Amino acid sequence: MNLILVFEQMLNGVQFGVMLFLMAAGLTLVFGIMNLVNLAHGSLYMVGAYLTVAAVQWTGSYPLGVLLGLLGTLVVGMLVEVIALRTLYERDHLDQVLATFGLILFFNELIAIIWGRAALYTSLPTYLQGFIEIIPGSIYPVYRALVIGVGLVVGAVLWYVVARTRLGMLIRAGASNRTMVAALGVNIRLLYTVVFGFGAALAGLAGLMAGPIYAVQPGMGELILIQVFVVIVIGGIGSIRGALVGALIVGMVDTLGRAFLRPLLAHFISPPAAEAAGPALASMLIYLLMALVLAVRPEGLFQAKSG
Amino acid sequence: MRTLVRMLAAVFAAASLAIAPLAAAQQKIKIGFITTLTGPAGIIGKHMKDSVELALDHLGNKMGGVPVEVIFGDDQFKPDVGVQVAEEMLKKQQVDIMSGIIWSNVMMAVVPVVTGAGKVMVGTNAGASPLAGKACHPQFFSTSWNNDQTPEAMGKFLQDQGVNDIYVMAPNYQAGKDMVAGFKRYYKGRIVEEVFTTMGQQDYQAEITQLRAKSPKAAFVFYPGGMGVQFVRQYFQAGLRERIPLYSVFTVDETTLPALKEAALGQYEAKFWSPDMNVPASKRFVADFRKKYGYTPAFYGAQSYDGMMLIDSAVRMNKGSLADTKAVVAAMRKANYDSIRGPFKWNVNQFPIQDFFLLRAEKGGPDGVQMKIQKKVFNDHKDSYYQDCKMAW
Repeated sequence: MNLILVFEQMLNGVQFGVMLFLMAAGLTLVFGIMNLVNLAHGSLYMVGAYLTVAAVQWTGSYPLGVLLGLLGTLVVGMLVEVIALRTLYERDHLDQVLATFGLILFFNELIAIIWGRAALYTSLPTYLQGFIEIIPGSIYPVYRALVIGVGLVVGAVLWYVVARTRLGMLIRAGASNRTMVAALGVNIRLLYTVVFGFGAALAGLAGLMAGPIYAVQPGMGELILIQVFVVIVIGGIGSIRGALVGALIVGMVDTLGRAFLRPLLAHFISPPAAEAAGPALASMLIYLLMALVLAVRPEGLFQAKSG
Repeated sequence: MRTLVRMLAAVFAAASLAIAPLAAAQQKIKIGFITTLTGPAGIIGKHMKDSVELALDHLGNKMGGVPVEVIFGDDQFKPDVGVQVAEEMLKKQQVDIMSGIIWSNVMMAVVPVVTGAGKVMVGTNAGASPLAGKACHPQFFSTSWNNDQTPEAMGKFLQDQGVNDIYVMAPNYQAGKDMVAGFKRYYKGRIVEEVFTTMGQQDYQAEITQLRAKSPKAAFVFYPGGMGVQFVRQYFQAGLRERIPLYSVFTVDETTLPALKEAALGQYEAKFWSPDMNVPASKRFVADFRKKYGYTPAFYGAQSYDGMMLIDSAVRMNKGSLADTKAVVAAMRKANYDSIRGPFKWNVNQFPIQDFFLLRAEKGGPDGVQMKIQKKVFNDHKDSYYQDCKMAW
């Protein structure tokens, strides 16, 4: 186990964490501000991946396809909010879970009807297929490095918008007291639609970045959604900062656990036992971490100050 | 308005009830075919269903001069749902014979239901080892293989090539362990490391980085479905394709090739069948399948097509009837039909004795990338469980 390998695995952890963050940011925003449990967040991730694949094929240009895919997911998200979710804000969480679970089924079938059940072909433009040498002796795929970069930039922008702009102020105010903000003449309904749309676009961004690495197929959103819920529980529901820190922790713990837990265990217990316990324990690590956080700080690492 | 609709519905329901016994009274062969039609695995079910329908086209929708109806059921990848569907087919739809089933766990649950009802089951994919060994049954036939046979072929090939230092990876569940065990039954060289990953995992970058660090001579993996698309894509993106040859089973086939394309180039697979097989029945199947559906069938389809042809042979030998189960079993044992494998032989456990090949993903064909047979690995290969099957022939 040399240092370069550890460094590469940490990079892998950051990259996985960044993907989780993009998903978690949208989910936690919607939950924290609109008090809506949205299980269909994974469906928007899937929609983003599919729309982008279709748009890249249609336009023949990768950047243009990405832009169209992102806008498309934003529009789909807003439509979902206006048509289906608007009536659910006042209802209890169980109703929201049922309704958004229905949306998952709806989107999975819709995608299967339009694009079929087979995984879709996705490709990267040649300039994203190469490798870069971050430190001497360690090559890293350009695309994965790009994912890290995009994720961190999005995180910074998101923090700036929520903490420093007028829109962010309205969002935070709407979260603490919806009625009061409405009474001051702000169109809160529109505000919610915009917030939901942006949350959807973030999920779409995660989906379109996942497209070339993962299998673009119906139901792809549910696979990542569970880990995303773990992230927001650890980070603190409703907190963007918590989502970032939680995502990086989960990404790192999961990746390093998968890579090094088994060889590490082999030092302490017999190799066959490590063989059996290693993979099992590695896949449990993030849930153990979540249980630990819940026991010590039930509100998560960062409590959202404004809802 | 609502009451009107309700009345109409009641009338139609009554009418269909009245028709049902009439239909049963007619001479008609009813086949119940269970597969997975929803969820990500639905693509496998689609290959199977389309192949069954093509077989019916080829048979002119008749078996032994009698009209055939196939009733398709969706097991949703769940054993309990599979049992439910099978019971409904047997009791309500009164099917004469059952076929299909992708998953071993569903198969293990459904077979007792079918044999208990006195009917025959023709499995067209799942090859659970108990069914090939101790739990073999005269009323269970398989037109596929035993689960272990395919990795055995890959193990044999790598052993014959004298490839040492192999890195082994599979998902952490029963089939993953079985595949690795089957592989090791014939591969006796050094294994650098055996890694079992979480079922349904999406990102393999961490494992691929570990693999690269160990610089093995080759890698052997089993990643079915979407996991395969992800693993192979990421292996290719990590730049390992040229450096460490990738050998796999049930990972790259015609269900995943359209998603992988150039990422799959150079991938080795072991299989009993490939679309480029030089057998008349197989060529006809592949050509007509492509013509009708516009895509290339995978082995899942070929086995299902074979299943229908096997059933047809039994109906023909029994003069248009499947009523006498003993006679059906006797007829099926003759396997008097043109298999997509060419000449067809049963083992005592009613699994095929068959050849296995090494395949490689190469440029060309209607989809841009296609599987090509490289060489025969096993001649008349028998599975490793048939000795446990005490069945009288």
